[in-house]
Amino acid sequence: MKPFDILIVGAGIVGSAVARECALIGWRVGVIEGGTPAGGATAAGMGHVVVMDDSPAQLALTAFSRSLWQRDSGKLPKSVEYETCGTIWVAADDEEMVEVHARREVYEEAGVETRVLTAAALANKEPNLRRGLAGGLLVPGDGVVYPPAAAAFYLAEARRLGAEFFQARAMSASQGQVLLSDGVSLVADRIVLAVGTECDLLPSLPIQKRKGHLVITDRYPGFLHHQLVELGYLKSAHKIADDSVAFNIQPRQTGQLLLGSSRQYGNEGPEAEPEMLRRMIDRAKQYMPGLENLSVLRVWTGFRAATFDKLPLIGPAAGLSEDRSLWLAAGFEGLGITNAPGAARLLVDAMLGRKSAIDAEPYLPARLMEPARLAHA
Amino acid sequence: MTRTEVLVIGAGPAGIAAATAAAENGRQVIVLDDNLNAGGQIWRGATVEKAGSSHQGNAAKRRAMTRLQQSGAQVLGGRCVFSVEASGTLQTLQETGSDSLVEQFQFDQLILATGARERFLPFPGWTLAGVFGAGGLQALVKGGYPVAGKRVIVAGTGPLLLAVAAHLAQDGAAVSSVLEQATLAQLAPFATSLWANPAKLVQGARYRGKLWKTPYRTGSWIIEAIAGSDGRKLGAVRVTNGTRTWEEPCDLLACGYHLVPNTEIAALLGCTFRGAFVQVDDAQRTSLPNVFCAGEPTGIAGLEAAMVQGEIAGLSCAGLIGTSLQKRAVVERAFARRMEKAFSLRPELRSLPRADTIVCRCEDVAFGSLHGRTSWTDAKLQTRCGMGPCQGRTCGPAVEYLLGWRPVSVRQPLFPVPLQAFCSHDERVEINQLKEKV
Repeated sequence: MKPFDILIVGAGIVGSAVARECALIGWRVGVIEGGTPAGGATAAGMGHVVVMDDSPAQLALTAFSRSLWQRDSGKLPKSVEYETCGTIWVAADDEEMVEVHARREVYEEAGVETRVLTAAALANKEPNLRRGLAGGLLVPGDGVVYPPAAAAFYLAEARRLGAEFFQARAMSASQGQVLLSDGVSLVADRIVLAVGTECDLLPSLPIQKRKGHLVITDRYPGFLHHQLVELGYLKSAHKIADDSVAFNIQPRQTGQLLLGSSRQYGNEGPEAEPEMLRRMIDRAKQYMPGLENLSVLRVWTGFRAATFDKLPLIGPAAGLSEDRSLWLAAGFEGLGITNAPGAARLLVDAMLGRKSAIDAEPYLPARLMEPARLAHA
Repeated sequence: MTRTEVLVIGAGPAGIAAATAAAENGRQVIVLDDNLNAGGQIWRGATVEKAGSSHQGNAAKRRAMTRLQQSGAQVLGGRCVFSVEASGTLQTLQETGSDSLVEQFQFDQLILATGARERFLPFPGWTLAGVFGAGGLQALVKGGYPVAGKRVIVAGTGPLLLAVAAHLAQDGAAVSSVLEQATLAQLAPFATSLWANPAKLVQGARYRGKLWKTPYRTGSWIIEAIAGSDGRKLGAVRVTNGTRTWEEPCDLLACGYHLVPNTEIAALLGCTFRGAFVQVDDAQRTSLPNVFCAGEPTGIAGLEAAMVQGEIAGLSCAGLIGTSLQKRAVVERAFARRMEKAFSLRPELRSLPRADTIVCRCEDVAFGSLHGRTSWTDAKLQTRCGMGPCQGRTCGPAVEYLLGWRPVSVRQPLFPVPLQAFCSHDERVEINQLKEKV
């Protein structure tokens, strides 16, 4: 078979975004998926397109990626349900209000528009929040998408531009060759692993599964207008050792509410855990007491592909593998949906030797090979 | 938290037999059912008999109920199971007027006797007012829905069509046709096999007896439901027998394509399946050592099989082996196979839905939008088919027949419950449900 310019293993939102980016520059692209396209972390996640400031590098990547979502918004089909509903970071007390102002400065410096909400303004924007909250930070440019449809859009775009899709499991990927479960062998200059939490092809990938629970309700149009996240979210999302929960709720276009979030290491079973659910819902009720009477349709779990420095792996696998043909687009933790378009751009820039819009170095996989970091892992 | 040795889910014939056998042999038994009264789909409403009517099955039900009451098993009605863990806990929701009550049960052994529901297949016009599931309309009528004087057509496939038609006729409906998609040739071996099962012969005869004026057309099926003059309500159906197509006027259509098992709890527990059915051994034990299953979820085989299997499951929980019962169960399984063959669905039914025919009513998914999708999971993700409140209970079996996709991934809650239900863990908690959506 004629060689490809690039083979992408994994048709989640990241692999699909990379496929589109590569097809756009006229490369011969092959996409390989063993399961249902967009059926892994992409299907399990919330679809919050959000600027996050837990580190300068994360802020840069999320802000850049969000700008790409905004640029594409006119092209996205209706099924993607892209909606610029904005995020409100909810401050429970005066101490958290201090943090609101601090965060506002960080965002402004990065060119991200924000608005500080007083207690009254918060209550006015989201009447179903409990009284007595201190206020919040509105990030109006944040949005919501339906991730499986977004991934399908990217993949369809790539295929429209000539990319080939292989519904088969990649059994091995090395030295520019991918062997498929159906016996077919594909050859390319470069192979991108966009494999989420599936690390079989490169066991040295420093990725851990981090379990999350989500709840979706019946349709309650008008109950919620913005994605709401408790300001303490980063604190709880940052905890590495402990299981944590945080209030995080999203309005879907259907009027349904998507409620999170939980983070756990160590439990790799897919079952929903009553204790985590109870903690998560209790947390949510502290912010929105009216939730308790809403009808729940489904509860499910998913796994984030977590790295220990909270940043994704975007770039050549150098440092993790001797194989010069291997590239990575992996380890996106809870930000795969937001960061997919930005990561795809950075990766292709690196392959072409093109200058990127943001500094790509913080995401290079090789960083995780520094001895000090390894000791940490 | 309520503790019991044996917990039976479902108070239909299988569950009643299971609970009775286990309790008579010294086990502490609780039976849960969504309905207020025991009886299941087949015996539902048989206690609130109207004067002069004589719905079949009453005597059998009375015998079973009396024995159940004497056995000491406790029946708790009005409880819907919404979550369960193999470790031995299960949660139910009970609607009590304006409130909901969450209860938790702990068990050593679990018997799943969750019965079956009707399969529905989409065809143009099926969403018109006046089109019902056959069993659904029967249940409505048992609950007081008036059909007297209405022109009703009963259509689809399976032995229940006649039971439904008989029931509707008894309540005064003018049943103008019973349309069975299976051919006479297909049905003949099954009809003959009734002779080998005398109890079933009596059942069959009773159905026909009440309908002696109504044509029973085999090899005929509905291809479209047509709106009446107002455009919304059913006015007629278009019927074919493969060579000829005609219209029949009607007010109501009761349509069902045999049964599919209720296996959601078994799936959530992680029991091994054989095709669409829960795999069990001679003792009705599933792949999980403390979970048993009896009746339709193990294979659609009807009333007698359910009772026999239920009794075996109950005895197994008490550490006993019902050898003679197991022989009877083998006979019943053979009957089930003949029935499956007799009422197998004809391929023409796959071509009935048009691109704009709704398949998933919860999420408004049209048949055409499933085009190009490759699996049930793919369809769920990209079209939301089966993602609504019923979690694909209706569209799942239809899509499985139309496109060959096996529905996967049952999730809790098994039916919609208030969020608060997940928080009430140690005690009975009352919830004021939001009745009006915001």
